[in-house]
Amino acid sequence: MTSLDLQSIGLREVNKKLQSMSIPNSLATVINPMGGHAIACGLQHEIQVTIDGHAGFYCAGMNKLANVTVNGHAGVGLAENMMSGTVRVTGNASQAAGATAHGGLLIIEGDTSSRCGISMKGVDIVVGGSVGHMSGFMAQAGNLVICGDAGEALGDSIYEAHIYVQGNIESLGSDCEEKDMDAEHLSKLTELLARANIKANSKAFKRYGSARTLYNFHPDNAGVY
Amino acid sequence: MCGIVGLYLKNEVLRPQLGSLFQPMLSQMRSRGPDSAGVAIYRDPVDPHQLKYSLAHDRADFDWPQLCKDLDTACDCQSSVNQIDSHAILVSTASERTVSHWLKENQTGVRLVGSGSSIEIFKEVGLPDDVYSRFNLAEAHGTHMIGHTRMATESAVTTAGSHPFATGADLCLVHNGSLSNHNRLRRQLEKAGLEFQTENDSEVAAAYMTLKIREGASLREALEQALIDLDGFYTFCVGTTTGFAVLRDPIACKHAVMAETDDWVAMATEYRAIASLPGSEGAAIWEPKPQTIYVWGELQ
Repeated sequence: MTSLDLQSIGLREVNKKLQSMSIPNSLATVINPMGGHAIACGLQHEIQVTIDGHAGFYCAGMNKLANVTVNGHAGVGLAENMMSGTVRVTGNASQAAGATAHGGLLIIEGDTSSRCGISMKGVDIVVGGSVGHMSGFMAQAGNLVICGDAGEALGDSIYEAHIYVQGNIESLGSDCEEKDMDAEHLSKLTELLARANIKANSKAFKRYGSARTLYNFHPDNAGVY
Repeated sequence: MCGIVGLYLKNEVLRPQLGSLFQPMLSQMRSRGPDSAGVAIYRDPVDPHQLKYSLAHDRADFDWPQLCKDLDTACDCQSSVNQIDSHAILVSTASERTVSHWLKENQTGVRLVGSGSSIEIFKEVGLPDDVYSRFNLAEAHGTHMIGHTRMATESAVTTAGSHPFATGADLCLVHNGSLSNHNRLRRQLEKAGLEFQTENDSEVAAAYMTLKIREGASLREALEQALIDLDGFYTFCVGTTTGFAVLRDPIACKHAVMAETDDWVAMATEYRAIASLPGSEGAAIWEPKPQTIYVWGELQ
C-alpha cells in the first residue's frame, strides 16, 4: 500500500508515482488532495487508487484499466476521455463528468451537474442522484444511467448512446426521444446497476435515445438545427 | 477567468478569525486572477445615525484627515477617518447622497468605493496575497467576506476596475465571466443618471443592480431581473448585510461550487479555495444550479 501526500510531494510527483505502478491490483492512496486538479490522470495499469478527500478539476482523466475512487466530491471534467477501468465518486461531481469517455465505468454516487456524458463515446456512466442540464449532449455510444432526475435538454443531438432515467426529466433535447425498454435493455441496465453497486429497481427506469432525424440534413428540420 | 470566493461564519467562535480563514481562499484563486484582487468585509456596524464609507485615492500621501475636516465644515456633520494603505474608512453622520455629491464637487481624485453600516471594500492591483497584506486583512474579524481575483478581459487593469463593485447600501458584487451587452446597458444606465468610473462590464452589472434597488426592487427581484436583462456569462456573488447571494447564468458557463458545515457556508469558483477551511473534508459540497438564486442570511 502506497500513501502519497499531495500537499507534501505535489501533483506531478503523485501522478508520476501512480503512473509508474504497474503490478496489477497494487494499492495506492492519495491523501490531502485539497481540491487539487488533474489528480490520478493518465493511469495505464490495473491498479487500485483511492483519493481520500475532495478532488478538483479533471480527476482521473484519460484513465485506462485503473480503478480510482474519490472519497468525496470531484470537480469539473471528472474521468474526461476515460478509456477503460472504473472511476467512482462517493459524493457529488461537477460539470462534464465523463466527457468524451470511450470506455470503462464511471459511477457518481451523488448528483452531478450539467453536461454529464457530453460527447461520450462508449463509456458507461451510472449516477446515483440527479444530473444537470444538457447531459448526454451529442452522446455517441455507451450508457448513461440516471437514478434521479435530469435537467433541461437531456440527450440533445444524441447519436447511438442509451440513456436510462428513473426520475423526472425537465425536458428532452433536440432529436432525443423515449424508446422501448426491451429485455436486452433491461438486462443491460440491471447489470450496470449491479456493477455500480447502486440499489435501484431497473423496471422503474425509462429509456431514451436518438430519433435519428438529425443524421442527415433535411430542410424540414431547419427549426431544430 | 477570474476567481470569486465568499465565506459566511455561522459559528460566532470563528468570527475573530474571519480574515485569517479567508486569506487562503483568496490566495488559492491567484492563478485565476493575478491582475488585481479585492474584498468586501462586513464588520463593526456603525451607530444608526452614522454611515461608513470606503474611499480610495491613487496617492499614498493623500491627506485624509484634512478631507474629514473639510467634509465636516462643509456639510455640518461629524466624521472620523481611518486610513488603510490607499483606502480610507470614513464614518460620518452625513448621508450617502451628501457625501457622494460633496466628493464629486470637491475631491476629484477620491473614489467612493462603497457605503453602508458595516461594509468595507478594499481592492488594488496586484497578487491577492500582496493586496491582502496591504490592507492588513489577515487579522480582520467579522461575520462574512466576499472576494475576487481578476484576470482582466474586458477593460484595463486598474484599481477602479477591480472588484467588488458597490450596488447600494451594504451591497456589493463580484463577477466571474463576461457580459456581451454591457455597452448598450451602460448607455441606458447613464441616461437613467448612473455614473461609471471604468469601462468594466462588471461595473455595469453592479450599476444595473443599483438602479433596480433604487427603483424599489428587493435584491431578489433585482437578481431575477438581471437574469432577463444581462446577456453573457456570469457567476455573481453579492454581499449583503447579513450574508451573501449566488447567481449563475442560464447555462452555468462559469464554474462555481458551494460548501456548508455547521460552522460556515462558503462559495468559490473552485473547491480548492474552500479546502483550507476547518471541517471542509466533512462539508456538504454541491454545484449551484443555473439561474437559481442561493442566499445565506436575509435577502433585502
